[in-house]
Amino acid sequence: MPEAHRQRMFYGAFALLALGALGKGLMDAGIEGLLFSLFAVLTLGGSAVCIWERSVVRSAFALMATFMGVAGFFLMLGSDFLAMAQVLIYVGGVLALLLFGVMLTPPDLEERSLPRIGMASALVGGGFAFVVAKVVGVGVETWAVADGLGEPVTKARDIGLAFLHPEQYVVAFELAAFLLTVALVAAVYIARRRREDFEPEEGQV
Amino acid sequence: MSLDAYLVVSVMLFALGVICIVSRRNILYVLMGIEMILNASSINFAAFNHFNGGGLEGRMFVIFIIILAAAEAAVALAIVLNVFHLFHSIKPSEADLLRE
Repeated sequence: MPEAHRQRMFYGAFALLALGALGKGLMDAGIEGLLFSLFAVLTLGGSAVCIWERSVVRSAFALMATFMGVAGFFLMLGSDFLAMAQVLIYVGGVLALLLFGVMLTPPDLEERSLPRIGMASALVGGGFAFVVAKVVGVGVETWAVADGLGEPVTKARDIGLAFLHPEQYVVAFELAAFLLTVALVAAVYIARRRREDFEPEEGQV
Repeated sequence: MSLDAYLVVSVMLFALGVICIVSRRNILYVLMGIEMILNASSINFAAFNHFNGGGLEGRMFVIFIIILAAAEAAVALAIVLNVFHLFHSIKPSEADLLRE
């Protein structure tokens, strides 16, 4: 089967599934369900396209949809600070790093193997279906959920105060700062060019 | 939306991340799969936090997951560059210097 044909089939099935999910969300829970379905389609669809595409650049940009969808979930869960941090750090930082990785390594369009993806999907999907069936069979029907969910009151200011409060998260906060410093200095140290890289090779100059 | 809906999305994202890691032969795809798995756990923490009163604990976990992901991406990219420099390939199966 030619590649263009496969692409059309994949994206056609993807669009149908996405439309079905959006319609089901709108039917079930109104505008909130529609939003939830939209973010779910962004998240899961971005990951599926990331696995499917042959070129790493396309996969990286599909991963951006995943990160945006997760940020949308954070917004729906009342954590606006988390949504902002997700967009800033994942899309602005991690994805930019991945794109640098793409630029610094050669492309390999023959690397994707559909039988391997199919086999991995079957195995992983079967495993998860087995576990979910077991959990449902044991009789865990509902999770304990606090009643009387009020409007979330957490603001960025509360998170900042909790980070600096001596009896809350100040130790974890300082440890995170220490970890970031060490990790970034170590990354620069590992990735730097050695002196011998700069010296001309024998017989060149 | 109920808690279960978020958990279903999270478990599907986790499964996609595992599929991405085991089915592609390129270090960059392994990194992307790890990011998907970290995001799935973030959704779980945020959802449980929201449906159990909306305190700070779950959010702290998510913030530290994001911090760890940033640090991990930086170090992993440095390692990928060095692996490519050394082996002229970014297939995980060809970096076998320690195998003996």
